[in-house]
Amino acid sequence: MSALTPELERKLGIAVERMPAFPRSVQRILELTRNINCLPKDLVGVIEKDPVMTMKILKVINSAYYNLPSKITSVSQSVVYLGINTIKNLALGFAAVGIIPRMNAAGFDVQRYLLHSLVVGGAARQLATQFARGETDPGDCYIAGLLHDFGKVVFAQFMAEEFRHALMHSVEHAVPLHEAEKVAIGVDHGLVGALLAKRWAFPEHLVDCIRDHHNPGVEPSAMMDCLRVADQVVRFRDIGDSGNPWRETEAPAAPQRFGDDMESIVMKLGSLDKLVEDAMVFAQVGKD
Amino acid sequence: MKVRFWGVRGSIPSPGPHTIRYGGNTTCIEVRSDEGALIILDAGTGIFPLAQELLKQMPVRANVFITHTHWDHIHGLPFFTPLYIPGNSVRIHGGYDVVAGRGIDQIMEVQLQYSYFPVREAEMLASIDYETLSIGEPVTVADATVTPLMLNHPVVDFGYRVDCNGKSVFFTGDHEPWLNIYAPEDEGYAEFQQMVDMQQGQLDKALAGLDVLITDCSYTAAEYPTKIGWGHGTLEGSIAWARKLGVKKLVCTHHEPIRSDDELERVFATALESTGYTPGRAGEPEILLSREGLELVL
Repeated sequence: MSALTPELERKLGIAVERMPAFPRSVQRILELTRNINCLPKDLVGVIEKDPVMTMKILKVINSAYYNLPSKITSVSQSVVYLGINTIKNLALGFAAVGIIPRMNAAGFDVQRYLLHSLVVGGAARQLATQFARGETDPGDCYIAGLLHDFGKVVFAQFMAEEFRHALMHSVEHAVPLHEAEKVAIGVDHGLVGALLAKRWAFPEHLVDCIRDHHNPGVEPSAMMDCLRVADQVVRFRDIGDSGNPWRETEAPAAPQRFGDDMESIVMKLGSLDKLVEDAMVFAQVGKD
Repeated sequence: MKVRFWGVRGSIPSPGPHTIRYGGNTTCIEVRSDEGALIILDAGTGIFPLAQELLKQMPVRANVFITHTHWDHIHGLPFFTPLYIPGNSVRIHGGYDVVAGRGIDQIMEVQLQYSYFPVREAEMLASIDYETLSIGEPVTVADATVTPLMLNHPVVDFGYRVDCNGKSVFFTGDHEPWLNIYAPEDEGYAEFQQMVDMQQGQLDKALAGLDVLITDCSYTAAEYPTKIGWGHGTLEGSIAWARKLGVKKLVCTHHEPIRSDDELERVFATALESTGYTPGRAGEPEILLSREGLELVL
């Protein structure tokens, strides 16, 4: 069992900088940028659906080089600060790294992971709009959803053998994946994602959400409530695959905000069909 | 503090009989603090005639501030003669290029490649050093301070506010006012507009109490719709901004390379008229076109 030493954290940080993005976004960025008049909003629409590209943009914009008065949490906000041409060229650089392979030595399907992240992000945004208006920014909730499981894709890419054991352990012992990760790797994906986010000076509330989304003991926040319930709703509805075979039977997280009946939250949330359909196209995942 | 214009043209040098009154050199502005410290804003071809002048004032202690690294703002740099003379010192300041992942120290390394220029940086005998700046963090140059502020252009562009003993001047470099990338009917429009307004508000706040505003006025309002996203401002937009800031003087620069002197004066007069410019009216800034040799004393 290996804990995440500072040295390993540093290595992962460097490795993630060279991490390829998802196939659909790489393809779309290359297509869009062939046209000198491509619409900025189309570029933003692609980048903000890709956790790798989003991570990298937020890393750049929050870096000490720009010393911005407040932390940046969205791709469009990054466009305001850096200008669309700079964002476009950054995205081209990310696209040039290549495409993340769908499968890896860990046996983790990154495209189904992407589907999961996109739908959790979309659902978290919708929950924030419906249940936490004025308390949290729906855009922030989307980013939290998109990036909450980033640690898993880092494990799959750079600690494949250990992550494979975690995935197997989770199935064999019927325990949640984050618990299995602690056994097989020493830390869970929340902690690893949060360490990277912190290393890159992401806003604190985003770091907290990534780190603690599986930790019921932490001080709740509106953003965390929306993220955790979105994660539950998406798993409840069997959309995508976060690699976690565990299906919680307990009541929804944050019952004081959402009530204690998952069915009724899903009802209130309304149809996620359009969200899921768009995410399936982007993640290039069929209805298998 | 004194401000002198050595290059006022945008995009490409435009010498010839049609630009003789305003000048064809690309951007270079000399600022002298009250104590005489030398600040040079941008190193377009205008830096070459400035260099000739400086050779009479050796040794040279130059503080060059690069707004951004597009050619027209740097291509005079290898011809900045004081760089070649021992005993001179040149400190080059600028922003971090996120795409290249490099600071301003890359500026001449890129320009002085074997295929493009005969001299290597190691062969330049002045003391040369670099300082990559952070947004909003002032740099002290003798009795002046220079504060970089982030503007909007297709590459990272810093505008510089120079303050000296209660007087101040701000140069935008190349700048197109932030604009919404969404159409009013799009879902992201309102949120993006809020961010745009906030960004403009932060800049305006940083320019509080400004005396002289020097802005990119490449286009007229009528030309702008076909130039959206190119990273430049308009005469009319700059006049409105100067009024909003309450500056004493607005200097319009970065003239279009194909604009003759006559044409430049014509579009300038039209812009003044269409914006209801009334010289001498209370609160109305003095508005002028930049030209090579123009000197302002603050």
